[in-house]
Amino acid sequence: MKQLDLQHAFAPRSPLRIQARPDLWLEGDTKRAVEQGRRRLVVAAAAFAFAFLVLALRASEIAVGGSPGDDTAARSAGVNAASFERADIVDRNGVLLASTLPTASLYANPARILDVDEAVAALMGALPGLDQDEVLRKLSGKGTFAWIKRGLSPAQESAVHALGLPGIQFQREQRRVYPQGALAAHIVGFTDVDNQGLAGIEKAFDDELRRLAIEGEGPLTLSLDVRLQQVLRDELAKSVAEFRAIGGTGMIVDPKTGEILAIASLPDFDPNHPMAGPDEARFNRATLGVYEMGSIFKVFTTAMALDGGKVGLVDGYDASEPIRVARYTISDSHAKSRWLSIPEIFIYSSNIGAAKMAMDVGAEGQKSFLKKLGFFRPPAFDLPEVGEPIVPATWGDLTTMTVAFGHGLAISPLQTVTAFAAMVNGGTLRTLTLLRRDADAVAPGTAVIKSTTSDAMRALLRLVVMAGTGKSANVPGYAVGGKTGTAEKASAAGYRKDALLSSFIGAFPMDDPRYVVLVTLDEPKGTKATYGYATGGWTAAPTVARIIDRIGPLVGMAPRASDPTDPTEAAEALLPGDHAVVGSTLASLSAVP
Amino acid sequence: MSGFDRADRSVLARWWWTVDRWTLAALMLLAAVGAILIMAASPSVAERIGVAPFHFIERQFVFLPLSLGVLLITSLASPVTVRRVALACLAIVLGLLVLTPLVGTEIKGATRWIAIGGLSIQASEFVKPCFAVTAAWLFASQRGNPSFPGNLLSAGLYLAIVALLVLQPDVGMVATVTAVWGTQFFLAGLRMVWVALLATIAVAGLIAGYYTMSHVQDRIDQFLDPTTGDTYQADTAIMAFEQGGLFGRGPGQGVVKDILPDAHADYIFAVAAEEFGLIACLGIIALFAFVTLRGFVFAYAEKRLFALLAVTGLSVQFGIQAIINMAVNLRLMPAKGMTLPFISYGGSSLIALALGMGFLLALTRRNAEQGAGA
Repeated sequence: MKQLDLQHAFAPRSPLRIQARPDLWLEGDTKRAVEQGRRRLVVAAAAFAFAFLVLALRASEIAVGGSPGDDTAARSAGVNAASFERADIVDRNGVLLASTLPTASLYANPARILDVDEAVAALMGALPGLDQDEVLRKLSGKGTFAWIKRGLSPAQESAVHALGLPGIQFQREQRRVYPQGALAAHIVGFTDVDNQGLAGIEKAFDDELRRLAIEGEGPLTLSLDVRLQQVLRDELAKSVAEFRAIGGTGMIVDPKTGEILAIASLPDFDPNHPMAGPDEARFNRATLGVYEMGSIFKVFTTAMALDGGKVGLVDGYDASEPIRVARYTISDSHAKSRWLSIPEIFIYSSNIGAAKMAMDVGAEGQKSFLKKLGFFRPPAFDLPEVGEPIVPATWGDLTTMTVAFGHGLAISPLQTVTAFAAMVNGGTLRTLTLLRRDADAVAPGTAVIKSTTSDAMRALLRLVVMAGTGKSANVPGYAVGGKTGTAEKASAAGYRKDALLSSFIGAFPMDDPRYVVLVTLDEPKGTKATYGYATGGWTAAPTVARIIDRIGPLVGMAPRASDPTDPTEAAEALLPGDHAVVGSTLASLSAVP
Repeated sequence: MSGFDRADRSVLARWWWTVDRWTLAALMLLAAVGAILIMAASPSVAERIGVAPFHFIERQFVFLPLSLGVLLITSLASPVTVRRVALACLAIVLGLLVLTPLVGTEIKGATRWIAIGGLSIQASEFVKPCFAVTAAWLFASQRGNPSFPGNLLSAGLYLAIVALLVLQPDVGMVATVTAVWGTQFFLAGLRMVWVALLATIAVAGLIAGYYTMSHVQDRIDQFLDPTTGDTYQADTAIMAFEQGGLFGRGPGQGVVKDILPDAHADYIFAVAAEEFGLIACLGIIALFAFVTLRGFVFAYAEKRLFALLAVTGLSVQFGIQAIINMAVNLRLMPAKGMTLPFISYGGSSLIALALGMGFLLALTRRNAEQGAGA
């Protein structure tokens, strides 16, 4: 009998005695009641026995099966390398530009904090940078979660951990770090604390960076060369400081492949703390800013005129008198007040000559040429920060003339460099890229000028540096060619004589350009050394010279001792067919101081 | 083993030879385990709330001998005395229970304590054993004399008690009282229809509690979905079991007591798990199971309905309290304020449990029925 078993199992003495005196007390209704009670008691007892058994099993399961060691290890390790959710960004040589580190973020669970004042005091001791009132407010809050500080350093984490405060806990996170700091800040961009790309490559390639990480395909390789980037930013910063400019931008591009090797925009910021500086610092002047580039546009005007066959190198225009159109007067800043050949117009940066050249081509021809160069639309680019050109609504004669020397149409330095590369690389326009391109993966591009026009442009650009406004861009042995540009900045009250955008765009070596270099200074002020001049030739051109002087050896180019130092010889070398014409031009050049 | 001669007819000698010494030993052992665990767990709690490190230990060590005295003196009583004491006590504590919401001290959102002569008393703790005995008497009386409305009276008493407990509010206590009374009613011959009906009402009551009492809702939500809200105590308790493993980290080596606010009371089982390990925990579970099931076996052997029901009720109270407490520690149930009998800190709880177990020992004494002849 079941009840007997139960009795034996626990063996109190009284049941035996009851067995010995069976049911003496159990009679009638009372007896039945007790028997029913007993039967049901077995059910209740079984339920309790079962409950105790469950407790024992559960305790064993947790204590033995919980494997605390593994769990703790996994928690403290946080995340392993394979689970990083965002790929690194590296330069063309594999130098790290952006990476992800495991980090600990500190949060509070106010509901668990025992003594708020004590906790605040302890936290302030461990992390002195915190805002005491804010921490107090967070710790006194009603909720169960409040961030105190994201992305602690290991030393900070250890210090807070040592406090042993209940309710103060760490969340394992991944934090984006930029080991090069501000160096390529505008290109690489940055993310928010949740690793969502907010700017630059980080934003444009947000999904791609995650895909690369998930599929383990390695880092995203940019076309940038950190060494060139370093030189560009350094020299640009020096010039911005020297000429007390409000900013500056620069680019180095490979005209044969369209790869951008360096972009700088000053002022800049540290992407590790992107919001620390003013909004202006996060503005990418090179790609998002649009400017009237000034005389640099004469490169395009001259190429347009030569390419269309309207003029030849032997032709020229009378630049003795300023042009008066409506209320405006177009004059030359380096006035020669005489007939000028095309090379002279270019070398002396004659506005009058450029305007007449453009008038000969006509508004329609000019517009279609500039459109072909991509000046009327925002360019396709690898960054989200792309500026929209400001194109005049109506295009009359005045527009034709002013655009000829770079006023009236505002484009970004990026667009300028893109078009300039086509002028010197044989005539092929390529969309510039920030991603490294293998030699066989170079975009074919579109031909925008004849290769002979490109040859002529290279000779003219070289002459600018040898004998014209760009002399201070010269670097012996590198055959630098280029064009200065000095634009008066537009304001509500018209163009301002005191606020210039001074630029130099150049390439080297001019016989087969490997690099295009642009430097633009925003509102430089003249110095004693420049006799008060703040034009492109005085400010941006020497900057470009210093850059070329430094990057030449870096990219394995030794200065060539064999390069001709005489302009005539140089022009003959670059333009063997037309050397006679160029030679006569140069003869007249040497007559003018 | 014994200093008493079997022929000795003194009260103490008779008690010694008739009382269930196994249960007594198990309870003493539990109290000893409790003393050790209070020493382990309470200093860090005391430090956190800013009292002397031995605050809880000193108080508990006053209550422990006191409760032992209550246990032994009560166990000397005859069944009739037990019934009368229980009835008298119930009347007093019901009075206190009525007063508690009016003059009591509010702690952590509930008013459960009432100050009498410098002592803080949780009257509801004393309701449980007294009501168990009283209800048993009422049920038994109805079966013995069908004209006596015992079932109705006990039901009325039960509802009154539940109402007073909900006022505090004290859901854990409601659950215990319900389990005790329900089991007794079940054993007293409740028809199955009524069993089903009352079970339905109990479930309905639980659902009503869920929707009307926010802290009940929170705790059940957290239990069902641990990602919502604060499961800190529950998580930490589970961590304690993981960290403890088989043999524990060693006495004094635990860390969860430093962070569990109720380490000395509701979560003392977790402290035991961390410092002394699974084997100690299984030992504690076994002690509770032993006392509870042995109580049932005694009840089974009873031939008088009152004793059967009273012993069952007291065992259920003791067992259900232990089970709920440990189940919460092991995250098998939503968090609920419930002490671990004889182990958790708490004077009211300790003395009330001693009273209840004293009743049980008195009722299960050999020849106890002889004293009931009156």
